[in-house]
Amino acid sequence: MTAPVRRDILQDPEEFRSEVRQWLQDNCPESQRQPITAEEQFWGGRRGEFPSEDARLWFQRVRDKGWIAPEWPAQYGGGGLSAEQGKIIKDEMKRINARTPVYSIGIWMLGPAILEYGNEEQKQQHIRAIINAETRWAQGYSEPGAGSDLASLQCKAEDQGDHFLVNGSKIWTTNADKCDWIFCLVRTNPDVKKQEGISFLLIDMDSPGVSTTPIALISGESEFCQTFFDNVKVPKENLVGELNKGWSVAKALLVHERKLMAEIGSDSPRKIVAPNEAAHKYLEFENGKIVDAQLRSDLVDYNMQMHAIALTHFRTFEEKARGVHSAAALVMKYLGTEAEKTKSELLLAIMGSQGVGWEGDSFTAEELDTTRLWAMSKAMTIAGGSSEIQLNVIAKSVLELPQS
Amino acid sequence: MALVLNEEQQLLQGTAREFLGANAPVAALRELRDSRDPLGYAPTLWQQMAELGWASIILPEQYGGLDFGFLGLGVVLEETGRTLSASPLFASAVVGASALLLGGSEEQKETLLPAIAAGELTTALALEETHHHRPTQIATRAERDGDEFIITGRKTFVLDGHSADKLIVVTRSSGEPPASSGLTLFLVDRDAPGVTVERTIMADSRNAANINFDQVRVAASAVIGTLDEAWSVLEPVLDRGRVAIAAEMMGLALEAFERTVAYLKQREQFGVLIGSFQALQHRAAQMQAELELCRSVLLQTLSAVDDTPEQLPMLASLAKAKLNELAKLVTNEAVQMHGGIGVTDELDIGLFLKRARVAIQVFGDTGFHKDRYATLCGY
Repeated sequence: MTAPVRRDILQDPEEFRSEVRQWLQDNCPESQRQPITAEEQFWGGRRGEFPSEDARLWFQRVRDKGWIAPEWPAQYGGGGLSAEQGKIIKDEMKRINARTPVYSIGIWMLGPAILEYGNEEQKQQHIRAIINAETRWAQGYSEPGAGSDLASLQCKAEDQGDHFLVNGSKIWTTNADKCDWIFCLVRTNPDVKKQEGISFLLIDMDSPGVSTTPIALISGESEFCQTFFDNVKVPKENLVGELNKGWSVAKALLVHERKLMAEIGSDSPRKIVAPNEAAHKYLEFENGKIVDAQLRSDLVDYNMQMHAIALTHFRTFEEKARGVHSAAALVMKYLGTEAEKTKSELLLAIMGSQGVGWEGDSFTAEELDTTRLWAMSKAMTIAGGSSEIQLNVIAKSVLELPQS
Repeated sequence: MALVLNEEQQLLQGTAREFLGANAPVAALRELRDSRDPLGYAPTLWQQMAELGWASIILPEQYGGLDFGFLGLGVVLEETGRTLSASPLFASAVVGASALLLGGSEEQKETLLPAIAAGELTTALALEETHHHRPTQIATRAERDGDEFIITGRKTFVLDGHSADKLIVVTRSSGEPPASSGLTLFLVDRDAPGVTVERTIMADSRNAANINFDQVRVAASAVIGTLDEAWSVLEPVLDRGRVAIAAEMMGLALEAFERTVAYLKQREQFGVLIGSFQALQHRAAQMQAELELCRSVLLQTLSAVDDTPEQLPMLASLAKAKLNELAKLVTNEAVQMHGGIGVTDELDIGLFLKRARVAIQVFGDTGFHKDRYATLCGY
């Protein structure tokens, strides 16, 4: 494997774009340009298997090119590229409908936090393993008694000299039953203000005392789990950042999660039908217009909102590239997830009684998926900081309103 | 496409804010209103604006313009929205200038555009005939009579109609309403025989008029563009007007919002600042989110006028609909969050509320633009 060449960040963007376009043309297998199903997603990890030979080839080529994480430093396997170049790669992949080579909490969330807060050993151990999809990560934040009030978490890590002893449980650990490692917020000091006694710990899920149980959801799925820690020994070197300073690491990481939640609709594993398409299929038209005035109005409201959200996404990219600060990025999680919920409700309404089927042959796969996704969409404005928490954040950090 | 202002545009923004703050603050509108000023704006202010180049921002250099583009215009209009400054900027420098630029003959452009650019000529678009924006519902007739045309009909909600030097009249020269074909634009002197202008006093204290055309004779040279084919000019002119008024509404919404947030940090009840109440915080945060969306939409639409005009119809309707909703939401919340003082004339908030309602009616309310957007989407 040749080391990726670090691009001069001053390279002409259009020149870079045409290089990217050419490379993708030459290297992305035709089968990897088709819409992806949940079964075809590659998540990596010790137990991860490529769904096909083409998927393996595609992943390896992107990895060797350094584009699994284009903006990460080249010394750990990243591309060493600028944000603008990263955006160009993303855009170009999207343009040809290239599949995401690896789905990874490590890339989307943990990696940036380790790069910012981790020490050299941690970067060496984990960043390359994430890029190479050797490790699959779970997130251990929420607890049964600590949801929106995350800082009140109780899962404790006691200093035992050469290791921490971890006891407690974490909830909403996504696909934890398939993960190798989990990054956790743990209580390391119970006697100070709640945010000040929290540390950020990496735990190998093969450690004795770790167990995971799936949770059945209203959508009928059970991708979320509860993970239990019973006298789990964790080496001291797995602490990221300083002891009792985990809250800052978590906050930095939450920004990535919220960005991810805001974007998730554009890369959904289950192919949800577009509302405009559904309208033509399920609604009565007269002279080119939807007859049902309420649904027509709801549909145009949704389309306009999505149009405005998409433009705001572009604006945040442009602002980032130009070093301009605005509140746009901070409102995107709230707007994006609320719009996803609206979309699901709209689809149900457009499909009528066909949109509320649960199982069986009376409904198409698309209809059943719509119902399930509608149920799942309810979690979007709860997970990763509920809409109400998002509004609190905007009120505090953008508007600087007085806190009670 | 630009979703971030460049340095020149930021500089213009700073100049505009400083100038308007000193020369045309909200208090100036109050004075025009209270003195029942016959003109409805200060001519000296308009002259100064023209000297700053604002009347010629979108015009090419060959007609005495700055050729600074619609993003530059948007920056200035947004600032005039913050101060509610009354001037012929919208009716003359945006709508009139665009109609002549897109539809006028070379001779019309050469004689009229430099005069608009210099602030010496003002115009008004006589379009509406009913109480809702229906740009193809035109019944005002233009009948050919030899080398002349005879215009008969009645127009309403003509912005700057009683103060403008020249009227750009949308007439039906063939066919029947609501066909978009068969429309013709005419340039008519406001004081031409047969033209009767009745100033209407609007809630926002800005200029508008009802205008009657009774057998008004105009020469064939008064036609702007091609006979019967005005729609190909009028539609893009209206879209430019829509994004321009949207820019003004962005400014008024921002100003009303910022004043309200400041009030939340200063007003005490129950022994605490009311801004600490979550019921108010969440509503303020939701407005911030909507403001961010509108900001992106506005920048994209302003850019589209110059860069991608083929996208303008859809974007202009998106922008006007979104800004209509924003302006309504923010001004309503501004009054409510100010409480009792919010409904007094002494506080400026009421002026923002009223301007918002009039601006919403200009070139299409929310329903009009949602319908147009949906139609352009194919449903």
